[in-house]
Amino acid sequence: MRIAACIALLTAVASTALAAEIPQAERRSGYSFMSPDTKAMQDEDTANPGMLFVLDGEALWQRKAGTANKACADCHSDARISMKGVAAHYPAFEKALGKPVDLEARINLCRTNHQQASPFAYESHELLALTAYVAQQSRGMPIATGDDPKLAPFVEKGHALFMQRQGQLNLGCTNCHDDSWDKKLAGSAITQGQPTGYPLYRLEWQSLGSLQRRLRACITGIRAQAYDYGKPELVELELYLMTRARGMPVETPAVRP
Amino acid sequence: MPSALINVPKKARRGDVIEIKTLMSHIMETGYRHTASGDVVPRDIITSFTCRFNGTEVFRADLYPAIAANPFITFFTTVTESGKFEFEWIGDKGFSETAQASITVE
Repeated sequence: MRIAACIALLTAVASTALAAEIPQAERRSGYSFMSPDTKAMQDEDTANPGMLFVLDGEALWQRKAGTANKACADCHSDARISMKGVAAHYPAFEKALGKPVDLEARINLCRTNHQQASPFAYESHELLALTAYVAQQSRGMPIATGDDPKLAPFVEKGHALFMQRQGQLNLGCTNCHDDSWDKKLAGSAITQGQPTGYPLYRLEWQSLGSLQRRLRACITGIRAQAYDYGKPELVELELYLMTRARGMPVETPAVRP
Repeated sequence: MPSALINVPKKARRGDVIEIKTLMSHIMETGYRHTASGDVVPRDIITSFTCRFNGTEVFRADLYPAIAANPFITFFTTVTESGKFEFEWIGDKGFSETAQASITVE
């Protein structure tokens, strides 16, 4: 009886130890897992293909759109000043909707409400380019998502989703990205899943892609049904991941293998 | 809206070996992929890249479907005088883009 209790206690201790969050000092960006070649590609702006999207985003920022015939620059003027540090706070709470929105959704809200234009499709070149341009203005600044107390219940939902096992492989995000980030999967580093550089240029995609695209790819990887783009579950996951990466510098546009 | 990123040193000494880096925005569609309904996605790649210095060709490359999107081409050359590098990318569907960069040789 006493042995059984001991085993139960030990298992409980082991499982809590496994499920623990990664301590601040051990947090590592996906960058630190990359090869020197891929790091060099991210480090130099003329070699980083994500910068091509940033250039396009800069042009889009100035372009008038919609029936209001306004450009982003007409309200926000110089993005280098007005958008500095903004991306480091996203996803943020949107009062009108009563829920958090990510940077892509914020740009599309601006388009529909203020420019009176049709929203960009998820993963369209335009949306990725504008998001990358806005997020790049926060490069090097520490991630500060989650200051708003109204976000707390949504962070909690995202956290629950992060811990929840699902799919045919019956894995939760935590099983790889908290428990096994120092190991490899099919020769590739597993990484901690810190979303420091989105939208980022993934060599496998040969394109820039959003955090939602990355999450959907991961969910498909554990053979679960991926949530559609823009679904609250994905935004809550994004939100939790960004609060989990608080204090880490923004790298947008990052490069990943 | 194709855009290019060029990295040429602004200054060099006569006879220096310099590295030139170019990055061109292009999807580089191989022509070997099919859509869900079975149609071939037509090939759309850059086929040729040329670099001229003061009108003289110093580097040329032919590109093929195996080259990844947004081709990144770097090469070395020596400089003996100040002048202008002109870059030209030519590809399928009438793709044609140019860019230039100047260098001062001391």
